[in-house]
Amino acid sequence: MHRSITVTVNGQARTAEVEPRMLLVHFLREVLDLRGAHVGCDTTSCGACAVLVDGVPVKSCTMFAVQVDGKSLTTVEGLASNGQKHAIQEGFKEEHGLQCGFCTPAMMLVASALLEENPNPSEREIRWAISGNLCRCTGYQNIVKAVQHAAATLHPQPAGRTE
Amino acid sequence: MFPSEFEYLAPTTLDEALSLLAEHAEDAKVLAGGQSLIPLMKLRFAAPAILIDINGLPGLSHLQEDKRGRGFLRIGALVRNAALERSELLKARYPTMAAAAPLISDPIVRNQGTLVGSLVHADPQGDWGSVLLALEGEVVAKSATGERRIPATKFFDGPFTTVLRPDELAVEARVPAPGPRSFGTYLKLERKVGDFATVGVAVSVSTERGVVTRAGIGLTGVGPANIKAVDAEQALVGHRLTDKAIRRAAELAAAASEPRTDVRGSADYKREVVRVYVARGLHQALAAKAA
Repeated sequence: MHRSITVTVNGQARTAEVEPRMLLVHFLREVLDLRGAHVGCDTTSCGACAVLVDGVPVKSCTMFAVQVDGKSLTTVEGLASNGQKHAIQEGFKEEHGLQCGFCTPAMMLVASALLEENPNPSEREIRWAISGNLCRCTGYQNIVKAVQHAAATLHPQPAGRTE
Repeated sequence: MFPSEFEYLAPTTLDEALSLLAEHAEDAKVLAGGQSLIPLMKLRFAAPAILIDINGLPGLSHLQEDKRGRGFLRIGALVRNAALERSELLKARYPTMAAAAPLISDPIVRNQGTLVGSLVHADPQGDWGSVLLALEGEVVAKSATGERRIPATKFFDGPFTTVLRPDELAVEARVPAPGPRSFGTYLKLERKVGDFATVGVAVSVSTERGVVTRAGIGLTGVGPANIKAVDAEQALVGHRLTDKAIRRAAELAAAASEPRTDVRGSADYKREVVRVYVARGLHQALAAKAA
């Protein structure tokens, strides 16, 4: 009953035999040993397992690994390149956008997808974009600042956009 | 949580998908966005022997009007809620849908979940069912032996139950194009983003010279299925959207609801929210100068 799938993960082609019922999050964590996607609620609520599939955030606890055959995935392990942190990682560091860190990988991936689509989001747009990701530590304020920091780094604006 | 074992089939043509459905019928479930089905499978409330993944089928991602905007808005089975949320066409022409789309679950779930899948799932707390009832839409079902168009009013058959046959695939939802003076909205009370509706109300009104010619009101989360508040709709037709007419319709809609007390609120509270939301939605229609 196993099926062979080939997935590009963080730029690298990976092939594996998986059971159809294997969830994407378990494929990433247990087969590929990429532990950045966290199993939080396991009920499609918390967003801690979010990864990017062809650039789009999905909850990897609510998708089967066989569904991403042939697709391109980005996990938190793929955000940095050539030893350089991604701007969103820099933002989370500079603005102290995390405490326990459990929601952080998914939070950064969702934020990076937002900035791809909308390089200069308003605070409201940032809060809207991360509304599927639960953080139980920060109260979100520093996460919003972290995303704004990344936006300013990636796309410097002469004047900040207001609401 | 792990689902039961199943066989995974990923057809690449509609004909192939329909013949697989005909072959496996009750043993099979269709996977589109999977945002309701996969959680159910993880809880083993659903344990299909066969999973037919339709994501590879061509021709099911359309979101467009036919007959130059005088026929139907057609929503293919693979149109994601995120696409509906971003659609300029919905914002311009289908305000009830444009209001509902951003309120479906959360942004990540909307990237996967589909409108047609939500209809087929038929959760009484699903938002799209009420919208389709208010807009008098229909579902297009195909099988190996033919096609039928099922009006929204006949589609739902109780909680999590529709009249779709096991060998049928819902390929499209259709919503009639709006008249020249139409307005609508969707109001949803939820405890937090991503929660199911405590109460949801879909409103759609068309007027001619200030008089209501068509009214649609759909209710979410206040009965064993989405409810079309027919008495409230009929009370509006032929009248102006006066405070009195709105109050009367809101009361009739509240009377049509059958809420149950649960963790989201008491039955009385939910009925009151129905009344307030129907009135608020109709007042917004008035303000939008549908009249």
